[in-house]
Amino acid sequence: MVDLSALRSKNRLYYVLLAAGGLVALGGMYAVHMMESHGHIISGMNNQIVWGIPHVFAIFLIVAASGVLNVASIGSVFGKAVYKARAPLASLLSVAMLSGGLAVLMLDLGRPDRIMVAATNYNITSVFAWNIVLYSGMFSLVVIYLWTMMERRMNPFNKAAGLAVFVWRFVLTTGTGLIFAFLTARQAYGSALLPPMFIVLSFAWGLAVFHVVQRVIYAWNEKSLDPAIQQRTRNLLGVFVIGSLYMVATYHMTNLYFAHKSGFENFILVSGGIYPNLFWWGYIVLGNLLPLLLIYTPGLGKTKCVVAASSLVILGAFALLYVFIIGGQAYPLNIFPGYEVSSSFGDGQIASYQPSLYEFLLGFGGLAIAFIITTVSVRVLNFMPQDKPYIAD
Amino acid sequence: MSDLNPQRRSFLKTTLGAAAVAIAPGMLLIDMAHGKAEAASGKVRWGMLIDTAQCKEGCTDCVNACNKENGLSGGTKATDPQWIRKIAIKDVSTGRVQSLPMMCQHCEQPPCVDVCPTQASFKRADGIVLVDRHRCIGCRYCMMACPYKARSFVHEPLENQNPDVPRGKGTVEACNLCVGRIDNGQTTACAEACPNKAILFGDLNDMNSEIAIKIRSVASAQVRADLQLNTGIRYQGL
Repeated sequence: MVDLSALRSKNRLYYVLLAAGGLVALGGMYAVHMMESHGHIISGMNNQIVWGIPHVFAIFLIVAASGVLNVASIGSVFGKAVYKARAPLASLLSVAMLSGGLAVLMLDLGRPDRIMVAATNYNITSVFAWNIVLYSGMFSLVVIYLWTMMERRMNPFNKAAGLAVFVWRFVLTTGTGLIFAFLTARQAYGSALLPPMFIVLSFAWGLAVFHVVQRVIYAWNEKSLDPAIQQRTRNLLGVFVIGSLYMVATYHMTNLYFAHKSGFENFILVSGGIYPNLFWWGYIVLGNLLPLLLIYTPGLGKTKCVVAASSLVILGAFALLYVFIIGGQAYPLNIFPGYEVSSSFGDGQIASYQPSLYEFLLGFGGLAIAFIITTVSVRVLNFMPQDKPYIAD
Repeated sequence: MSDLNPQRRSFLKTTLGAAAVAIAPGMLLIDMAHGKAEAASGKVRWGMLIDTAQCKEGCTDCVNACNKENGLSGGTKATDPQWIRKIAIKDVSTGRVQSLPMMCQHCEQPPCVDVCPTQASFKRADGIVLVDRHRCIGCRYCMMACPYKARSFVHEPLENQNPDVPRGKGTVEACNLCVGRIDNGQTTACAEACPNKAILFGDLNDMNSEIAIKIRSVASAQVRADLQLNTGIRYQGL
């Protein structure tokens, strides 16, 4: 006799979770409605800090959406069975996070009602316009890729689709990095290092999200992950975290070397109040050193440690993006090099930014969209990784 | 042609006539709204030469004139649009203090136009950089890209707008070099308002214009000339 009461309570829990996600998404919609009717005056953004908390959430989601596909690529392109079994789940997470991220980005626009204009008036020199193609292309490609994995008759096309996704996501994250790399005048941006930095960051953030979701799905289905697989993916996270730390360090080191950027680096790393605090404590300590300890300390590195390390990597990602996006704008634009400047428009001043509740509602709304897509899909389709008893590679 | 139908022919004639009568006043209105029929000429490059020695510290006449001309509130909160602002600059090494107005520099290679996803930011043939408020989706990428922080985002609903300078909540705006005045053969509001005639407006391409003659004879500079954007606004005495 099957114990139905346990199943029922699980069923109830599922709907409670879904309702909670829906409620958060609804909160996001409320924020959008308020910003639509009152204008961005109710956000903390202003003419100095033009991109705020919504962009931190959106860029995290989009970068992680690209990075999580690494799991799929290692399977499809490099033929590793352990990762191939996880490719459907990775692809689902990618689609879910991309949807959430794009929703936030789009709904933060001053005129989201005009989004069609972006399709009808295309500016070939705008990296934003390229990204519209890159994001929608990625969405379609990943859906096709999923189709080739989940529909037996489409299986022969799986390798080709996997390769296409592999190439596309590199271009996509390059495009995300280029948004900042193309800003010629701002001290914080305008560096060719940014696209590769975003690519390596995406590996770490995507895999961290994957670890957390995989853990939840295994726990929900009362299954445990093969320790050998756990160890492999855990070590991979460690390598990605070290890699991203290296890229971020290189970015700051090159800036420090240029005299005209030393003022900015001093602001971000030492004197800028919340920004150095978030950078050192949030990103370096919580987002990198602690996860590395949890991963590599002998005796640690079990399931709980991996989930904790992954969660910390995600938190660190938000800290880094806050410093990068908002700190980068808070530092005054150097219009007159060699001069002290002041004006009624914040010239020469550190810009202040207090994010409003509406911005957080919108950001969390994006997370909720990703959560709902994942939860519903995992329930109705089979995304549970199916490992073979013997791992050949 | 035995099946010729005169009734059908007259019906078509009447319909066409009625349509013409209905459309004609509308076409006339569109024509009037467009103002001058001829397009901006690529032979012209509008620009300004600002003499910082003549720009008085504390004087905001150009700013006030701009606000009045374009229907701006004149507020200076971080969320208030400012199309032109006075900047006080002090040379760190020598201590020399100067005052100057800063606005859209109407670059020949404008970064805002490059990055705009919808071509809402555009450069007119005569060098004026503008924002099409009907195309702007409010992404603010141009504000990130502008090296002069010349652009503002409209954060609040607007009231009592100047009908000649329509603006819109949720879109980006900046100095339009008083394009409407220029098209009517006038100078810019800021140049007109400056009590010391520190702002000289004119056609940089016309070798005989006052501005072109002066730029040939005095030392002038572009702000952030290192970016090689070839700005339409030049500064003398910087």
